[in-house]
Amino acid sequence: MDPDLALLLNGVVSGLLLGGLYAAAAAGLSISFGMLDVVNIAHPAFMVLGALIVALLWGATGLDPLLLSILLAPAFWALGAGLYVIYHHFFERRGDEAIQGLAFFFGVMFIVEVGLVLAVGPEQHFVDAAYAATTWRLGEIDVPLRMLVPAVVALAAIGALALFLRHSFTGRAIAAVAQDRDALRLLAIDPIRIKRLAFGISLAFAGLAGGALVVVQPVDAWSGHVFIGRVFAIVIMGGLSSLGGCVLAALAFGVVENVTASFFGPSWSPAVAFGCLLLVLAIRPQGLFGRMA
Amino acid sequence: MEGLSRRGLGRAALAAAITVPAMAKAQTAASGPPIRIGYSMSLSGGLAGNGRPALLAHRIWAEDINAKGGLLGRPVQLVHYDDQSTGAQVPGIYTKLIDVDKVDLVISGYATAIIAPAMPVVMQRQMAFVSLFGTGVNADFKYDRYFSINPAGSQVKETFAKGFFDIAMAMDPKPRSIALVNLDSDFHQRTAESARFLAKEHKLRVVYDRAYPPSTVDFSPIIRSVQAARPDIVFVGSYPPDTAGMLRAASELRANFALFGGPMIGPHITAQKLQLGPILNNLVVWDVYAPEPTLQFPGTQALIERYQPLAAKENTDALGHYVPPLAYAQMQVLEQAVKRVGRIDQAALAADMHANSFDTVIGPLRFDALGEWAEERNLYTQYQGIQGNGIEQFRKAGTQVILYPPRYKSGDLRTPYTAGA
Amino acid sequence: MSEAIIPALPTQAPRRRLGHAGFWLAATAAAAILILALRGMGSEYAYFAATFVLQYVVLATAWNILGGYAGYVNFGAAAFFAAGAYTTVAVSKAFGLSLLPCIGIAALVGGALGLGTGILTLRLRGAYFAIATLCLSVVLQTFIVNWSYVGGSRGAYILRPRDVPLGFDSYGGYLCAVVVVLAAAAIAIARSIEVSRLGLGLAALRDDEAAAEAAGVPTLRLKLIATSISGAMMAVAGAPLPYLGSYIEPASAFGLSYAVNAIAMPLIGGTASWAGPLIGAVLLASLQQAATVTISSAANLLIVGVVLVVFVCVAPHGIIGLFRRRR
Repeated sequence: MDPDLALLLNGVVSGLLLGGLYAAAAAGLSISFGMLDVVNIAHPAFMVLGALIVALLWGATGLDPLLLSILLAPAFWALGAGLYVIYHHFFERRGDEAIQGLAFFFGVMFIVEVGLVLAVGPEQHFVDAAYAATTWRLGEIDVPLRMLVPAVVALAAIGALALFLRHSFTGRAIAAVAQDRDALRLLAIDPIRIKRLAFGISLAFAGLAGGALVVVQPVDAWSGHVFIGRVFAIVIMGGLSSLGGCVLAALAFGVVENVTASFFGPSWSPAVAFGCLLLVLAIRPQGLFGRMA
Repeated sequence: MEGLSRRGLGRAALAAAITVPAMAKAQTAASGPPIRIGYSMSLSGGLAGNGRPALLAHRIWAEDINAKGGLLGRPVQLVHYDDQSTGAQVPGIYTKLIDVDKVDLVISGYATAIIAPAMPVVMQRQMAFVSLFGTGVNADFKYDRYFSINPAGSQVKETFAKGFFDIAMAMDPKPRSIALVNLDSDFHQRTAESARFLAKEHKLRVVYDRAYPPSTVDFSPIIRSVQAARPDIVFVGSYPPDTAGMLRAASELRANFALFGGPMIGPHITAQKLQLGPILNNLVVWDVYAPEPTLQFPGTQALIERYQPLAAKENTDALGHYVPPLAYAQMQVLEQAVKRVGRIDQAALAADMHANSFDTVIGPLRFDALGEWAEERNLYTQYQGIQGNGIEQFRKAGTQVILYPPRYKSGDLRTPYTAGA
Repeated sequence: MSEAIIPALPTQAPRRRLGHAGFWLAATAAAAILILALRGMGSEYAYFAATFVLQYVVLATAWNILGGYAGYVNFGAAAFFAAGAYTTVAVSKAFGLSLLPCIGIAALVGGALGLGTGILTLRLRGAYFAIATLCLSVVLQTFIVNWSYVGGSRGAYILRPRDVPLGFDSYGGYLCAVVVVLAAAAIAIARSIEVSRLGLGLAALRDDEAAAEAAGVPTLRLKLIATSISGAMMAVAGAPLPYLGSYIEPASAFGLSYAVNAIAMPLIGGTASWAGPLIGAVLLASLQQAATVTISSAANLLIVGVVLVVFVCVAPHGIIGLFRRRR
């Protein structure tokens, strides 16, 4: 096979796998930011919290990290629900979400990060998943399981979430609260309860993404910073309130980054990826799959 | 959770450490007003992984010297503030140390980004300044009271990668092409510049020469592009977060190069040694110290043995092979100069440090006119025979053999590098 | 027909407010007093601490013009701040100019950057604009890291000139005086905007953009003016940064703490008026500086986080809001 073609195919495949990780990170934000309009800038910090808890539990029990993150999901859900109650009480009720709510989550992000440093120290923590050393070869294309398994698990979870949102009553209520919360009230559904549920799901996905992250790379308390820009960019590029759009945008992001790195050098990857976002915003501000607000 | 605070543990560790030599019955106890040594150290933020071992080494030195009667008969006291790995905090900290706390002596924190912002303050007050792990800081300032504890010396471009290339050109058959991969950082830009310069000197064809940003998550495109360029040898510069990713990707993509490595800071940290395990086999790594019999100086082994139990208690780097010996040497230089001069006089101390040589735990040192080491001591080592992920093998000699410079050589090059396959 | 005449209600005397010129005069006087007081103390550390706090006053005030007056949250304050710092580096390397002309050029660069951001995001509202500014931060940082003329990731050294200009006792004192003047000017500009028609337009924009447009407020033009002025002032806040530590590198210049502080300080002080950012900056920056040299650990950032969260929950309109409510 032509070496450049092999490079391109491998860049695309590895980009898709990387995009799977990004999708895991962005899916939760797609719910909280996309559907509930809560600018949770602390989302990557919660992802890192999940990653570090998984790393510690893995060190203690030896269970598979992704399994651990799924087991932790209810705890993260409860954390999210509690956080939303506070957020709603202080900000949404008063109509202060715009700036004050934002600043609240900034503060929460700092508290989580510094709390992690004080608790587990500044060093990196890592896990050794059982499959992490294996790589599948499909002809000229390499598929490392270290990237494949987290991506597949994350996409499966997102798929389950999409089914839930479309086919279950609560799920449809969540989608509805994004569109018109007053209409929801007319149906005798408490929008606050629905939003609380949804925000809990958002944080549960942050925990799952943390498990995926720690399988891919070692994690320390500040690992979330490189994801802040990326996850918001992905959610916007995909279109708010569109989970499918978010996944596609995440995959596209990974592919753009890796193909750029393969052919033009990795130092330009961030600029190209975010440049794409700015372009999308300039041309189609509702995102690739969003509806016009 | 309060009892686990690092400060509390640090104090407990120090208390424990002080009682041990006290029981050994010191001769004369130090007395009089303390000699205060002020500095900023990164105890939080990205540099804390190395800042905390450095501080621990300083504390060991302080109570070593206090047990032996202090400096000039007076006890030494370390006055430090956490710069949070942020250069912007540093000028304020040093201004406070010198003007408000009125410390007698100053030294630097860890790394160029923390040393450089202190220079204007230190220069204005004309204080002698011994720095730790800074590269090329004094090139523009040209301050005559600056001294650097960094094996790179002042001819970084001509000498840094020399060991790597000497090892490479001694291989049979000789390599003809080289790939350069480096993190976009101050240190690695300089080392890459050295590799480029020496590649030209040795007439090697540079088939790949790219930098990557610190936010990189997936390293497989880089390894793949390098493989596609078919180099004989690969010179890589990286910091701990990326080193692990780079080597994992190399392992997954079945990398196979005659010579692979360079200033890949990563295995220097114990946690990464354990994480990577056999992937490190045959990796050639720039280092400053390895527990080999050819590199033992008076006090080195004793320092490592003192350091390790304290580090375990404080939950910081377990083996202490990277920063602690140099940090301890930083204090030894100051100590020996003060003893020779006999008083706290910044100008006399600086003159003494330029004129004399020092015996430290990393060997004899001399400084040149710009304060860098007159003779660089870039070690090139190779990890060999690593099995599994245990820590004990790293304490022993023979796991990390020294290939360069010849006078410290303790083993032979093993080739190729196959990332643990 | 009744001859009843409705008695006229007693008219309230209009609240007297300082005119533009009066406020500028007061600001100048305050600046002069502060400079003389610091000169009197003569302590290098006082100069540094004052410079640290006042640079945040400028940054917070600048952020508030867009964030507080117009309601558009800028996440990328660090980008403008670093743009100003790197303008100083590039200009002093290229033309050898001293600090003051660099500040002027930084203002132009920041204004252009702000205008560009405004044009690019003109169709966006609320959170979209915020994320776009975050992305701008990433793109600009990548650009600077790859630009070797200003040092790239190696950083740049800017040596303080040997002769201290204008007869100050040390360069630190000179730098401090410059920043005092910048802070006073920033506050005066913010206040002038606040009480002018531009300020009224921005307030209308903040409260309900659609209604403002329907009422004939030229929202696009006002947004562009606000982003340009805000961007210019944030760049001016960053311009003296290279001289503070003589060394600057992208990771710290684009640091997250600048972005967070730029938002936290106006919020804590109160976004509705010029006094808010001033109070918030003085409070939070002093707290951080004091914590650095006392508690001195990772707990510093914890303080910022906790203070921010507590304030935002308890006093959503900032300290000013607390006082206004009592009246």
